[in-house]
Amino acid sequence: MKIGVLAVQGDFAEHIAVLRRLDVDGREVRLPEQLDGVDGLIIPGGESTTLSRLMSIYHLREPVRAMAEQGKAIWGTCAGMIMLAQEITEADPVPLQLMDIGVRRNAFGRQIDSFEQDLDIAGLELDSGGKAEPFHAIFIRAPVVTRVGPAVETLAVLPDGPAVAVRQGNLMATSFHPELTGDARLHRYFLSLISPDGPGPGRETETPAPPKRVEGCRR
Amino acid sequence: MVDVLTGTFTVKSGHAQMLKGGVIMDVVNAEQAKIAEEAGAVAVMALERVPADIRADGGVARMTDPAVILGIMDRVSIPVMAKCRIGHFVEAQVLEAIGIDYIDESEVLTPADEVHHVWKHDFQVPFVCGCRDLGEALRRISEGAAMIRTKGEAGTGDVVEAVRHMRAVQDAIRKLRNMPEDELVVEARNLGVSLDLLQQTREMGRLPVVNFAAGGVATPTDAALMMQLGADGVFVGSGIFKSGDPAQRGYSIVQAVTHYNDPKILADVSKDLGEPMVGISARSIPEEQLLATRSI
Repeated sequence: MKIGVLAVQGDFAEHIAVLRRLDVDGREVRLPEQLDGVDGLIIPGGESTTLSRLMSIYHLREPVRAMAEQGKAIWGTCAGMIMLAQEITEADPVPLQLMDIGVRRNAFGRQIDSFEQDLDIAGLELDSGGKAEPFHAIFIRAPVVTRVGPAVETLAVLPDGPAVAVRQGNLMATSFHPELTGDARLHRYFLSLISPDGPGPGRETETPAPPKRVEGCRR
Repeated sequence: MVDVLTGTFTVKSGHAQMLKGGVIMDVVNAEQAKIAEEAGAVAVMALERVPADIRADGGVARMTDPAVILGIMDRVSIPVMAKCRIGHFVEAQVLEAIGIDYIDESEVLTPADEVHHVWKHDFQVPFVCGCRDLGEALRRISEGAAMIRTKGEAGTGDVVEAVRHMRAVQDAIRKLRNMPEDELVVEARNLGVSLDLLQQTREMGRLPVVNFAAGGVATPTDAALMMQLGADGVFVGSGIFKSGDPAQRGYSIVQAVTHYNDPKILADVSKDLGEPMVGISARSIPEEQLLATRSI
């Protein structure tokens, strides 16, 4: 299985590192021809205005839309969620309009309002006790889903309401950054959308790595 | 009730991860900030004067008027950074109070303390700091910096010092990776850093936080050079708004950072950019006027 990771800007290397731990070939996509032969695409975190411009300049919008139409799986994290939206609260950036969701950028405020929090997410693999462990979610200048279309399934909400993880068929979007946590469950979930026999939920093919933490730095 | 954690090192250094592969541009007003955002900047650095003017004007350079910074924050949706003087923790408190997204504790401003840097762990807002070598980088990380950049020699348009500093960090990490374990204690002492942080750097094979290039980047090829040398992204200070066509140059440098390994695209984006900023050779600057040697 080959997964493209949009690499025009943002934390694409972290997604590729998680895919590598799952024995999946993750490749950087900066130009349309680099989408040839990929089975799915991840649009990483970054600055959505920058992603939007670079996707336009290098003619990546049409081939990504075509992938979605062919039923290939696409996952947007943070800025990637903004790019997948049908509509956003501002005129800029210009989203791809692939998922039937409305999204508000910087929904929590500025950087000092960025946060970490445990989330219950529907559809994650269950542990031996028959329940899914909460997912430690990192929200950085994060967007939220403000409107969910009828075909869209909400996978996770914050305690005060807004949806922060959604799925519509083979498309999914998360407000937070699973690629920064060392928890690969959402990556496995995404891969299971492509190939139910792949390293999806229930198939433990990796040794979980603890999140990197800088010594001497207080939390 | 679920714990909500803000201001953690994960959240601070995670923000820098989102800036990777991007260009952070110096701007002095809201109009320039808008041009930078349109050009594809991942963030802007709000200043009263760009480093080239600070260098030309001389005198004491301080934190920018908060009203100017707030004007810029109002105008753009991308993150806004601002500089405080080295060791001036009250300037940093003020910047945090107005809701800045990132603080650059910068040698470009006149240092307020020639011995101590700001204890950055005390802040919810993340900091970026300059370095010339691995020791400086790790000392700043110990103080709480969530992002590192080369110092280069700001306001010159001469990339030579940024190259020197990036190579110094990368060489030291390569040396560290091959060093026998029993030499690490002495290396930590020589660098003036903790053994734990040195070991962590050795294990990761890179700085434990994002590392940008800064100080003298003026062209798309300068930016791509720094990326090929291992930078995670690029700050462009005077290079954009001191050039003949800032919008076009900014747009080209953004593309050069994305496609830093593709010489054909670099050739394309280097065409018809108009006048670059007038440079000063870093070598021609008298020792006492160098910015990079301030507070190490």
